[in-house]
Amino acid sequence: MELSQYLEVFIEECREHLQNCNENLLKLEKDPENLDIVNEIFRSAHTLKGMAATMGYEDMANLTHQMENVLDGVRNGKYKFTPELLDIIFIAMDHLEEMVESIASGGDGQLDVSEATEKLKMIEEGTTAGQVPEKGVKEAENGTEQKLIYDEFEITVLEQAEEQGYDLYEVTVMIRPDCLLKSARVYMVFDVLEKMGEIIKSEPSVELLEEEQFDDTFTVTLVTKDSVEDIKNKIMKVSEIDKVEVQKLSIETVKEMKIELEKEKQKEQAEKRKGSKAPAKKKEASGTRKQIRKKISAGKTIRVNIERLDALMNLFEELVIDRGRLDQIAKELNHQELSETVEKMSRVTNDLQSVVLTMRMVPVETVFNRFPKMVRQLARELGKKINLKISGQETELDRTVIDEIGDPLVHLLRNSVDHGIETPEERIAKGKPKEGTIELKAYHSGNHVFIEIIDDGAGINKEKVIKKALEKGIINEEQIGRLTDQEVVNLILTSGFSTAEQVSDISGRGVGLDVVKNTIESLGGTLSVQSEEDKGTQFLIQLPLTLSIISVMLVEVQKEKYAIPLTSIIETAIFKKSDIYYAHDQPVIDFRGRVVPILFLQEIFDVPVVDEGNDYLSTVIIRKGDKMAGLVVDSFIGQEEVVLKSLGNYLTNVFAISGATILGDGQVALIIDCNVLIK
Amino acid sequence: MTNRIEKKEMKVVVFSLDNKEYALDVEHVVSIERMQKFTRVPHVPPYIKGVINLRGVIIPIIDLRIRMGMEEVPYDHHSRIIIVEMDNKEVGLIVDAANDVMNIQVEHIESQPDIIGKNKQDYIMGVLRYNNRLLILLKLEQVLNLQEDREKE
Repeated sequence: MELSQYLEVFIEECREHLQNCNENLLKLEKDPENLDIVNEIFRSAHTLKGMAATMGYEDMANLTHQMENVLDGVRNGKYKFTPELLDIIFIAMDHLEEMVESIASGGDGQLDVSEATEKLKMIEEGTTAGQVPEKGVKEAENGTEQKLIYDEFEITVLEQAEEQGYDLYEVTVMIRPDCLLKSARVYMVFDVLEKMGEIIKSEPSVELLEEEQFDDTFTVTLVTKDSVEDIKNKIMKVSEIDKVEVQKLSIETVKEMKIELEKEKQKEQAEKRKGSKAPAKKKEASGTRKQIRKKISAGKTIRVNIERLDALMNLFEELVIDRGRLDQIAKELNHQELSETVEKMSRVTNDLQSVVLTMRMVPVETVFNRFPKMVRQLARELGKKINLKISGQETELDRTVIDEIGDPLVHLLRNSVDHGIETPEERIAKGKPKEGTIELKAYHSGNHVFIEIIDDGAGINKEKVIKKALEKGIINEEQIGRLTDQEVVNLILTSGFSTAEQVSDISGRGVGLDVVKNTIESLGGTLSVQSEEDKGTQFLIQLPLTLSIISVMLVEVQKEKYAIPLTSIIETAIFKKSDIYYAHDQPVIDFRGRVVPILFLQEIFDVPVVDEGNDYLSTVIIRKGDKMAGLVVDSFIGQEEVVLKSLGNYLTNVFAISGATILGDGQVALIIDCNVLIK
Repeated sequence: MTNRIEKKEMKVVVFSLDNKEYALDVEHVVSIERMQKFTRVPHVPPYIKGVINLRGVIIPIIDLRIRMGMEEVPYDHHSRIIIVEMDNKEVGLIVDAANDVMNIQVEHIESQPDIIGKNKQDYIMGVLRYNNRLLILLKLEQVLNLQEDREKE
């Protein structure tokens, strides 16, 4: 069988199931008695095993098989669920993830899993002795013919139909297993049925049927005046239908079934209440409901190759450039109709821009979902107890930002786990709860997305920071007295600084927080930190919604044009040359009562001098955090929306230049990186 | 040299630089453009003249004369920018003129004679005699090696 065509689906589904397992395993750790979760994991593992075996990935199938055995044991109460057991299952999960990634990147998915399998086997064998396996009972339930279950509303409809002399039928249709377009057949069957009467309900639901999320059989409840034979014959006319079963339904049996079902439910609930596990059950139920809703909404989306979206974005960028050019021409010509058309086009492109940009948005969930496991593992390694709270994972960010933000976040989280949260003993001594909390929050605000990492750990020890900064020569003795608390905290973000006494395996991997900061800044974002000793530390990341189109102020320096991102500009001002003072060798100006250093762009960028200029200095006041600086230029051109372009792979790391943009006249203007200019 | 390139024949773009003829494997050449206005980029080696906008893509341009240690001359209407691509890097090379595209026999390529100045040797892959013309095959990876140059500085 040619399997490659299914490979993509296979990989996608594997990832989904693995993620599902991971989430549930973590849930299970908090609530080890809850067998519903075990069942959920078991199902995922079972599906994985089946898929892997079908696709011929032996190692994967073996490993999942062992995992399944152990889970089955847990489910049947053979083994107790312990953190050690969970560790082993997590190891197995890691292997599985590795294999899936290997397959995804074109590998053969082979991996030495003997160790993990051995461990799983050991659990299995070590405790199996003398225990009677008790499985196979639960699985049987899916095989039997089931009657549909109706809710109140449906029953009322059925009742009314019966009163009006219609007959009620449950029609079960079996499609031939080799049928290729099952959903098309379903559609045809529905079409036939709808001509005869009305469809009240279908199992699986219509959405699932449309997505072909069913085996070969589906059941619909039909209200019609036609006879059983008629229904059968008409449906059989649709090709590729294997078999049709029509069963007459009476409203009494439907009602009875419902009553019975309710009784059962009550019983179950009563039992649960006895075990005081009722809330957990409810949670689980709402969880599944959520999942169903997710599936339905998935039916309305289509998968688009990201390359196509990138191509669309590129085309759109060219459009923006041409719009700028048209705008310029219209102004030059002073032609009213042309100006109006350009105006209209601007509005349309603005709308188009938001559409194109939102298409590229991805929820941060894709980055966040690997953190719970990571934090758990770290915490266990370090012997700490940590509760990771994640919120706002549905917040969306541009895909380019998503791709880059993972590593910095990993680093910050590792930092919080390693240096932030104290050991349980220390925490008790400080009068804090034994379990530390790390909050990971994402939210929108204005044109930015914020991600916060808050821990309730030890906070930043200022004396230690100062000592370290002195040692590393980041500050000198005389500066100490002048530093505000906030400035001291900020020192940890400077390059060459790492407070860990020892380079540990966890956060000290040779990169400090300064690297994190640089990565975030290269994305056009900012990183700030706040800390209170013994209360905790908060890292705040601010990211732009999109990277590709930014608002800039265009300025002219001699004959060269530069663009300054509006996000770093406070305002523009014009000074007289005589307003400049010198503090040491640094020229400064008095700007609204603050002494602000000024930088001459002409000197910074070695711009060839053509024109000697006059007595007035056009200055753009820029800021970084709460520091300010004035950039002296020759003239302001104006504000513009431009498309940010990179300088390519050849010119990397150009001093104080973050990229370039193409202006309306086709010329290239460089975009100034203000963060580098303010030290 | 010959064992590295297994093809018997290769197509090259021939251009002139300081009255000598150079050749580049056509595989790396994206297009040949007329000289156009460029934007200077500050704080880069002197042979990087700046960046141009080539149909919406920003491309850095290198003055090949300066890069190979020759005398800089003003650009004229013969000057061309040869856009090359290698290892995902797209760069424009400014040359005196683009002359020809031709097929050469790989077996005819000889290793460079020692006469050519030592400084330039790094950039040369080999030479080729062709109907009384001497073509110098350029080693593109060396021309585009920005890293090494920065280290030297």
